[in-house]
Amino acid sequence: MARIVAGVGCSHIPSIGAAADNNKEQDPYYKPLFDGYAPARQWIKGVAPDVVILVYNDHASAFSVELINTFVLGVGDQFKPHDEGYGPRKVPDVQGHGELASHILESLILDEFDMALANEMTVDHGLTVPLTVMFDKPDAWPCKVIPLCVNVIKYPQPTGNRCFNLGRALRKAVESYPEDLKVAVFGTGGMGHQLQGERAGLINQEFDQNFLDHLLDKPEELTKLTHVDYLRDAGSEGIELIMWLMMRGAMQSPKAAYRFYHVPMSNTAAGLVCYEETA
Amino acid sequence: MGKDYDDIPGTYVFDTLRCKQGFQLNKFCKSLDQAGNRDKFRDDPGAYLDQYPMEAEQRRMVEKRDWLGMLQVGGNIYYTFKLAIFDGLTMQHVGGLMSDMSVDDFRAMMLDGGRKLEGNRSKKDNEAGS
Repeated sequence: MARIVAGVGCSHIPSIGAAADNNKEQDPYYKPLFDGYAPARQWIKGVAPDVVILVYNDHASAFSVELINTFVLGVGDQFKPHDEGYGPRKVPDVQGHGELASHILESLILDEFDMALANEMTVDHGLTVPLTVMFDKPDAWPCKVIPLCVNVIKYPQPTGNRCFNLGRALRKAVESYPEDLKVAVFGTGGMGHQLQGERAGLINQEFDQNFLDHLLDKPEELTKLTHVDYLRDAGSEGIELIMWLMMRGAMQSPKAAYRFYHVPMSNTAAGLVCYEETA
Repeated sequence: MGKDYDDIPGTYVFDTLRCKQGFQLNKFCKSLDQAGNRDKFRDDPGAYLDQYPMEAEQRRMVEKRDWLGMLQVGGNIYYTFKLAIFDGLTMQHVGGLMSDMSVDDFRAMMLDGGRKLEGNRSKKDNEAGS
């Protein structure tokens, strides 16, 4: 039986990827961040997941304004990095797990989570930066990756509660897959930030730290946050944190292995949590 | 119809009506993530923009590179940022331009922990406090 063994919450700020791609990890601006990532990279080697279900959002890359889906699951066997304006990131192609993803897709829809399906799509920094954060710069990513893309750009985004419950359904889907596989779920994005408008640059460390405190032990409290709570207090792009709730929903009895928080990275607060499943 | 999020200062929530209004503007911006399109736009910006029948005001905001103005007429930051990348700008340049700060001041503000929530949380609270 496949099992969810670990969860990761991880910011996916594009400048982290750019810093790694340009070997700037030791620059004074980036060093504290990459130093903070070192224990998580060590930890994930021990976890050694066979598959990562990576919950992220597309930033007007594979998807555009013609068609906006709330949840998309990538069932393809391979996903290439998207050209976000600078040429595609020179990171390995992402190898999917089409068979497990197909099983998850069917399980979720039968569980009344109506996912859209992508046989082919490119993946942007939302997906590739967390892989860089956790796995550094390998010639090939050390595991298969199933992309689960959430609309967090266009209002209304799915509620945090919906994401949390989808996470629970994800767990059920994984546990009903017969092959022995170790699965990790990454919830990415955030933490607090606002890129747009006169309020650009907003960071609310109190909100972020409270979110990190509650995510482990009292996620139900966080599922009550409304859209306007996120938009107002975490910044308009801080609503990406609903994707961390999906990861948390997929974990039953997590134990925190690591927590790291750093301000600023570009215009954003960077957070990282690593959870181990004890159930 | 007023929305609860309209009370948040300096924030343009990309809701369904804004998404609808900004369709051609955002579609134009999105097209710039293909190298061939970037070349075409560089060669003849006017002809390139003609392919996207946007409102005159939207086109004016694009031509002026009014980053805040684009949001006010339906642009979304992830889309308009593709135009900023085309221009060689970073998100910190754009952040500064939208909030009337130099990029150096914007960077310094971020290094200092970012823009504070206090005074930026609610239009209503700001009015009541003034």
